[in-house]
Amino acid sequence: MKSKTALPGVPLMNKVTCVLVIAAYAVLQFMQTRGMLSASLRGMLVPICAYVVMAVSLNLTVGILGELSLGHAGFMSVGAFTGTAAAMALQDLIPLAPVRLALAMILAAAFAGAAGFLIGIPVLRLNGDYLAIVTLAFGEIIKAVVNNLYVGIDSAGIHMSLLNDNTHLLPGGKLLIQGPMGIGGIQKISTFTAGFVLVLLTLVIIFNLVSSRAGRAIMSIRDNRIAAESVGVNVVKYKMMAFVTSAAMAGAAGALFAMNYSTIVANKFDFNLSILVLVFVVLGGLGNLLGSVIAAAALTILPEALRQFYDYRMLVYAIVLILVMLITNSPAVKALYGRRFSGKEEA
Amino acid sequence: MNMKKLLCTLAAFAMVLGLTACGGSDGTSGTGAGETAGTEAGNDAGTETAAFMVGATGPLTGGAAIYGNAAKNGAQIAVDEINAAGGVNGYAISLRYEDDTHDAEKAVNAYNVLKDWGMQLSLGSVTSKPCEATSAETFADRIFALTPSASSVATIDGKDNMFQMCFTDPNQGTASAEYISSQNLASKVAVIWKSDDVYSRGIRDTFLAEAAARNLEVVSDTTFADGNDKDFSVQLSDARDNGAELVFLPMYYEPASLILSQASGMGYAPKWFGVDGMDGILTMKGFDASLAEGVMLLTPFNADADDERTTAFVASYQERFTDIPNQFAADAYDCVYALKQALENASATPDMSASELNDLMIQQFTTMTFDGLTGSSMTWDASGAVSKSPKGMVIQDGAYVGMD
Repeated sequence: MKSKTALPGVPLMNKVTCVLVIAAYAVLQFMQTRGMLSASLRGMLVPICAYVVMAVSLNLTVGILGELSLGHAGFMSVGAFTGTAAAMALQDLIPLAPVRLALAMILAAAFAGAAGFLIGIPVLRLNGDYLAIVTLAFGEIIKAVVNNLYVGIDSAGIHMSLLNDNTHLLPGGKLLIQGPMGIGGIQKISTFTAGFVLVLLTLVIIFNLVSSRAGRAIMSIRDNRIAAESVGVNVVKYKMMAFVTSAAMAGAAGALFAMNYSTIVANKFDFNLSILVLVFVVLGGLGNLLGSVIAAAALTILPEALRQFYDYRMLVYAIVLILVMLITNSPAVKALYGRRFSGKEEA
Repeated sequence: MNMKKLLCTLAAFAMVLGLTACGGSDGTSGTGAGETAGTEAGNDAGTETAAFMVGATGPLTGGAAIYGNAAKNGAQIAVDEINAAGGVNGYAISLRYEDDTHDAEKAVNAYNVLKDWGMQLSLGSVTSKPCEATSAETFADRIFALTPSASSVATIDGKDNMFQMCFTDPNQGTASAEYISSQNLASKVAVIWKSDDVYSRGIRDTFLAEAAARNLEVVSDTTFADGNDKDFSVQLSDARDNGAELVFLPMYYEPASLILSQASGMGYAPKWFGVDGMDGILTMKGFDASLAEGVMLLTPFNADADDERTTAFVASYQERFTDIPNQFAADAYDCVYALKQALENASATPDMSASELNDLMIQQFTTMTFDGLTGSSMTWDASGAVSKSPKGMVIQDGAYVGMD
């Protein structure tokens, strides 16, 4: 099966993306050890990694699968809470922080992936706007559930309750998730290196998925669902594959993000965050993973860099967004971009 | 052709903006390169002589902006007064507030910006969750912090250099139940609270515990959350049908104002009892203050008090910000003066590093007694919680009047 959608330049783009990410990591890490980075930038390194993973994974759903998802923050929330709760529960069992972090991220990815699968069963039978609305509702449901969830652990095992704290922990037990108060007293074990590894892993997984047979099937669904179905592509199966991968990545990003702060609440992962990540994806270009990486990093730093504008900060931020949107869509830039990366395409 | 020209101009404009943004971040990264905040401070201030660098984060924009701005304004008045009167030990105080939009992530970002600026002492964050996040940072960096209004227990829990100017949430719930039962205000009580709000939940939980201990019967316990905080008919009917004589409202004043007007619409007139978040309801735009007549609340600050310091503060606040200061402003004002007192007692100077100041401040705050707008003879214990007595207020003829 010869696919028309796979551009000849894509594999080159993949390498360029990975090399750029590694180079950025090397430079930042070098500057960090030499004390050349400001505290402000140092503090943003881990969130940037988390947002990059969020953007790249959402790009799989929106750009490559072609379905608009407005509930990506919901998966991040699932990952953040399961991952952090797991890390806290394992604190005494596994004293080595990187191992605990890795385990927490794997668990977070598994739970978020499972949530993605469950929500995918009804949702992926829908298309377009309907799917967008249902994912939006999903994000809100997750927020409401976590806001009312109490999870504690003691010598008798794990206790859970909804709405009110009925966990009745034995002495010595600790309440991990405390309803609207979220999780507090988190050990900050996320590191820039862990974030970098996660970013690279996400990129490699998605690049491999996209250039595989399954990836071509996924893109064929995006380009023409009816045609894809008519040649025997199992639409629901491939949609599910992309959706669950995307959700799992978001879950791992959530765990990384949460463990960079001492406290985390469900309200952080709201509709606004889903939209923010969608902005990263759209700004970076649908289906363009390098674009997502750059957009996520730039737009995370931008509001901080604009602090000198004080009250007008978010106004300037919005103006910059509009300008970037206009410029990246201008024919001149597109032509330049096309010549650089996809060889054959003419301006 | 025209279109192209337009695009070119836009592109140029964007480049300029981009450059200024880069310039800004380069500037901060340059100054932040050093490790010790204390020695950086002098270089950074540059234009002036040495000053104590006091930083804080708060929601200056977004939904919680009134609290952040009130705290910022209150602190600014105190700093200006102190500097005009000769400063602390002869040195000025330099105050800087950064916006955290009531978000833990942004608060940590803002905190890091302040660290680059050379912050030596911190006023923490204005709201609870962000302060929980920044207090972990101030604890790790050994920067002393005194928050005006972050009231959750987790803020100070396990951090030796984090102190509060306000009551902790549990204290408020306990004090309210105690007050209601000792004054025989009611025997059947309803509670309406916001389920996704830490502040509301913290007070409600301890209120229920104390109410049970004091044989106050809680006949109705209903909730609301973000998004369904406009219609309270269900909660109010439940309270009325169960015969509640008093409704306890542990929440901020916006939902409380809706509850009061909807209750009056359905002809339900129980006694109302609020907490310090209710402060500000009288000055709320578009709210008929007569509805709040008879509402009781526990608050440490009363803008209508007629002692000399409060009237001077209220007058200067009104003159500069055309607003009546609320408890957040008063708490922040007190914070700055408490810092001043501690710095003077310890004969501290701005050339001390943040961690040296930190040790001195911990020692001072656990031993000193402070008189401020929000209470007299305040003391702090080693945990960082303040000890001061709440004032019972009742709204009469559109003004707060002391109840005792």
